[in-house]
Amino acid sequence: MSSNPPSNPPAGEPVVPEGAAAQPEPTPTGTVTTATGSIRRPKTSGLAKGDSVPGVAKNDPILVIDGVTRRFGGLTAVDVEHLEVPRNAITALIGPNGAGKTTLFNLLCGFDKPNTGTWSFDGKNLSGIPSFKVARMGQVRTFQLTKALSLLTVLENMKLGATGQKGEGLFRSIIPAIWRKQDNEIEDKAMDLLQRFKLDAKADDYAASLSGGQRKLLEMARALMSDPTLVMLDEPMAGVNPALTESLLDHILDLKDLGMTVLFVEHDMHMVRHIADWVVVMAEGKVVAEGPPETVMEDKAVIDAYLGSHQDVDLGVVTGRVAGELDASAEELLEEIKEAEEASIAEAEEENK
Amino acid sequence: MSDVSPDPRTPGSAIPDPGAARTAGMKTETVVVEVKDLTAGYLPGINIINSANLVAHKGELIGIIGPNGAGKSTLLKSIFGMVKVRGGDITVDGASVVGLKSDKLVQRGVGFVPQTNNVFPSLTIEENLQMGLYQRPKVYAERLDFVTGIFAELGKRLKQRAGSLSGGERQMVAMSRALMMDPSVLLLDEPSAGLSPVRQDDAFIRVSDINKAGVTTIMVEQNARRCLQICDRGYVLDQGRDAYEGTGRELLSDPKVIGLYLGSLGADGV
Repeated sequence: MSSNPPSNPPAGEPVVPEGAAAQPEPTPTGTVTTATGSIRRPKTSGLAKGDSVPGVAKNDPILVIDGVTRRFGGLTAVDVEHLEVPRNAITALIGPNGAGKTTLFNLLCGFDKPNTGTWSFDGKNLSGIPSFKVARMGQVRTFQLTKALSLLTVLENMKLGATGQKGEGLFRSIIPAIWRKQDNEIEDKAMDLLQRFKLDAKADDYAASLSGGQRKLLEMARALMSDPTLVMLDEPMAGVNPALTESLLDHILDLKDLGMTVLFVEHDMHMVRHIADWVVVMAEGKVVAEGPPETVMEDKAVIDAYLGSHQDVDLGVVTGRVAGELDASAEELLEEIKEAEEASIAEAEEENK
Repeated sequence: MSDVSPDPRTPGSAIPDPGAARTAGMKTETVVVEVKDLTAGYLPGINIINSANLVAHKGELIGIIGPNGAGKSTLLKSIFGMVKVRGGDITVDGASVVGLKSDKLVQRGVGFVPQTNNVFPSLTIEENLQMGLYQRPKVYAERLDFVTGIFAELGKRLKQRAGSLSGGERQMVAMSRALMMDPSVLLLDEPSAGLSPVRQDDAFIRVSDINKAGVTTIMVEQNARRCLQICDRGYVLDQGRDAYEGTGRELLSDPKVIGLYLGSLGADGV
């Protein structure tokens, strides 16, 4: 992939962060190899100014969120007091279902309006800015359920992603001389990106003919057409064939090497552990923990709330389908499920009053 | 599945299981669903299912696993009359259902829970459940009792809009709606999709409870390990064919299945 870096590095590529600690530091073993995803690239460390606690200040934040809340009726979906996303690093946003991850994503991109709060991107206040302007400022996103335009070809989908096209407008569009040169440049760039994502063979096919995983790739490639500074990926691995995940991971790591910042929502813990430099854990709308992946994933509260400390439990035994002893971990799992159900019933009864 | 032990769960366990005691006696050799040499697909000339075979006996919990694009969901949809069958046969309770529309299949006792968009978000839970029973509205109260026996929390939220529920709760509503018609066989398309780990486990336990209550269940799953742990028999689908078949335990420990579909990653915990 990045063995042949694209000739046009993204505009607005961030300058080297001031804090030396924020630079990628190659580990003794870690040679930066991108040939396969199995070779680990060095993680960016030293991103935070203090201890890994929720809301810790970063050395070089690209996104700063303050007091953002979003309520749907009686339900507070997002309630983030303070959160900073470090520049030129890969930040993962994880949390159980209904934690508000996608809602927060929608707010940050201008797809939805918060009830309170402000946030800024690259020092510019983004509150109330509509999504298309946010995208032009260099903050683009992908969707959990891919939104490819199925009846356009893959290449046409890509070309739509380019910004500042001269042919936009009824009168200019009929005079090819105005836009032909730029259009060719855009096409070259699109083909370049498609090649990197191994979709070049599919350039003239309808986007509808792509498989789920290929659509994810197309969406990511299209997002890159606008030379973003911050790329936000909503569950990039959801529904993707395990065989494709490794190359997808590689592409995301490449983005960082190209100087971009990545913020992604993901359920797949392997992926988070593999590529994230920083992990933010949300639960019930709040940020409950953040830190480097190794630290966060060992946090007992996080494990219990999210990872499920019960990977070893055999559900066959739990459900009584297979003979076996219920161990402590299985008991815990059942206890947790029971608690969740009781909490849900109690909440419903409270509302019914 | 002869090694069914008494339910080891404590009496205070979260999930009531009305059929636990009957479980062992429920499974018989009566064939409920049989798929024979099925060929099916969406686009002309492209078959997604290539002579696939599947048998579900009464009371069984069947798991279907396989890589992306293997045709798992398509197989389920063709049983439910949503994909045109090009060859082979599908029988439910001995009678062929090829060419029947989905509403007729519901009348014949087949319930289907799609993977996504499976609730009416602007309707309340109660209305969603009533939708599931529009062909037989008279038995509502009785079926509601059955469903809330498995999904107690839904019973308390009947007036709440389904759109305001979390992903796990929506899945429960969708399963409940399919159960309202008292199906003899329930088809589930990835009941754990998009749920967090604990919620996934919860979903699998509920599926097991539904099955224990006497409903023959065919489940398609991405979470192969969990699926095989609870199912009686499993099928591994590959390129539209049933590549492997066996009890859940056999498949779980089959080195070929592990290498191809379970992956070694899942084995070392998270």
